[in-house]
Amino acid sequence: MTRFVERHPAWALIVIIAIAVALWLIFAVWPQGLEEAIGRKRVFLNAVFNGITLGGLYFLVASGFTLIFGLMRNVNLAHGSLYLFGGYVGYAISASTGSWILSFIVAFILTALVGVLLQVLVFRRMEGQDLRQTMVTIGLSIVFADLMLWACGGDFYQIQTPNWLIGPVELPLVTAIKSSGEPVYLRYPLVRLVIFAASVVIGVAMWLALNRTRIGMIIRAGVDDRDILAATGVRIQLVFVVVFALGAGLAGIAGVVGGTFQSLSPGEDIRFLLASLVVVIVGGMGSIPGAALGALIIGLAEQLGSVYIPTYAIVVTFLIMVLVLAIRPQGLLARR
Amino acid sequence: MSLAHDAHVTVRPTAAVQGSKLRGWPEIDNPAAWTVAAILLIMPLIANGFFLIEIFATALILGIMALSLMFLAGYGGMVSLMQLTIAGFSAYMVAVFGVSGNANISLGWPWWLAVPMALALATMFGTLGGALAVRTEGIYTIMITLAIGAAFYYFTNQNWAIFNGHTGINTVATPHFWGVNWRADIPYYYIVLAVAALCYFAVDYISRAPFGLALQGVRDNPRRMAALGFHVNAHRVAAYAFASFVAALAGVLQVWNYGQISPGSVSVAACIDILIIAVVGGITRPIGPFIGALIFVLLRTFALDFLVKLGLDGNRFRLLIGLGFLAIVFWSSDGVIGLWQSWRQRQRSGAVSSSGRRGRVSGRGSGQGSSHG
Repeated sequence: MTRFVERHPAWALIVIIAIAVALWLIFAVWPQGLEEAIGRKRVFLNAVFNGITLGGLYFLVASGFTLIFGLMRNVNLAHGSLYLFGGYVGYAISASTGSWILSFIVAFILTALVGVLLQVLVFRRMEGQDLRQTMVTIGLSIVFADLMLWACGGDFYQIQTPNWLIGPVELPLVTAIKSSGEPVYLRYPLVRLVIFAASVVIGVAMWLALNRTRIGMIIRAGVDDRDILAATGVRIQLVFVVVFALGAGLAGIAGVVGGTFQSLSPGEDIRFLLASLVVVIVGGMGSIPGAALGALIIGLAEQLGSVYIPTYAIVVTFLIMVLVLAIRPQGLLARR
Repeated sequence: MSLAHDAHVTVRPTAAVQGSKLRGWPEIDNPAAWTVAAILLIMPLIANGFFLIEIFATALILGIMALSLMFLAGYGGMVSLMQLTIAGFSAYMVAVFGVSGNANISLGWPWWLAVPMALALATMFGTLGGALAVRTEGIYTIMITLAIGAAFYYFTNQNWAIFNGHTGINTVATPHFWGVNWRADIPYYYIVLAVAALCYFAVDYISRAPFGLALQGVRDNPRRMAALGFHVNAHRVAAYAFASFVAALAGVLQVWNYGQISPGSVSVAACIDILIIAVVGGITRPIGPFIGALIFVLLRTFALDFLVKLGLDGNRFRLLIGLGFLAIVFWSSDGVIGLWQSWRQRQRSGAVSSSGRRGRVSGRGSGQGSSHG
């Protein structure tokens, strides 16, 4: 952090000013002129919160993608299919048992199993052939998409939010002052906050697991140099299977999350594949903190964009990607 | 590594001279190629309107798009998933600048003005996308071009001012001049055939021209080419520009074929279809994409009847395509052409001929490089 400030004082200043402005926009009561210029504060705050929670969902999808890519150099273009599969499994479980928590567990286990099967049956046979692996994942995504369309049809599904999470909560953020002088607080759906908190917890847990445990050490070593790691006697194939299972399982969990606060339908797989592609391109391939930063940026850009410039929202996301590629082609937080 | 390269440099120039003497123009001595060309020319006599347009013209158009991908992937080593997006952009531009049913959007230019405009804009679009994509390498190219393609799809869905949202632009006018309706089956077939032949021979020519040889050098060893004084990224961007132009031509033909353009035709699945076509056909020579496109169109058209006849669900066409694609990727690195060639070689049981051919190809590839360097 201090090194960044020392090396790029101008950028650091810009970042600090941007953060200060953002904090002021969130916490201060907006003056009359500002509300006239860009609309109500409630709309803005809602967009920001939607963006942050959407970023949490994107992080869940993209972290598995980036983890798999970082270790195995495998661009898994079937990742969106795993997301959708997890969502459908979660829907089936929550519809039949009524338990929301159970649907997470089952979705994680089943998608992780699919990931293990993919790694053992398909990708192990073509190790080191990046392009061929990617082609195979494209073929698999087509097959999976059609199989799921066959099994589940083209309908929209939404996973039932559990009773204890329904309804808004009042946040200590003032959106406006009534004429009588009492402040109006922001009300926001509890389920989204819980999901965001859960994704933060998962992200922190992943960071801890990668940086503080033995298996995490092995994975980080594998990201840096796979061959040397194998030469030191680590059973690298086992590590690959574990990482693939974890990455796929995360996509499955994300599917349940997405099915709860959005909906599941054919085509969502491609949407989330695109989201994770953009997130990891922006954040940096193979970097978990990069995935978090990228997910936050893309989620915010998408939601703020869809509020303030509705027909060009996707262009904003895309422009961010272009900008990052132009300035830092390896991604914001990639090491190389 | 370096030893092998040095050896190549000393050997190659003689091989290159021989190679260029042996094969100046492609397939001129190949009776099979002449037969295919003759059949394609007299096709309107053989096939009825449905086959002519729905099978052959459609296959040729898809083949041109896949050809542009084959050019990038086969000679440049860059797998671009945005070729269909460029074609779609060009199709949209024809609809926007030309005459269509959506008078509030279309500017109503005559076709001879709208088409060059569309080609120029689409080529520019593709070149810009390529300039972005060449900032990264190999596997990343797929991701970035896929992201560009997907972004364009969502953008056409959201934008109503230019792209008319998810309904797209309908009843796009097709050219009438010299008293001929060029969208009538037979004239249209010949237009498509002419453009396809033009693109095919252009790609074939460029692959032997200095630029194409340098591009293949960049594909095989970018650092070495840079050391020889070639501007690696400039070659790549130029390859994108050429491929974009080819794809844009296909886009113009496509919008004339269907008379409409909507986000559905530039969807991500359609982008991936182009990759499938190129890979199934084979991405090492220009004929591959056309073979792949013919297989794809035949499957798409007849899979339903075929599956129903077998007592299966007729809607599982994409499953069939996906499984076929997986099988090709698993068993052949060079698509149907590769399968056919290895079969021919087993028939002839002559390993000599194959090694001879390979030597000639690499010889031609290097002669140019050393003469420049």
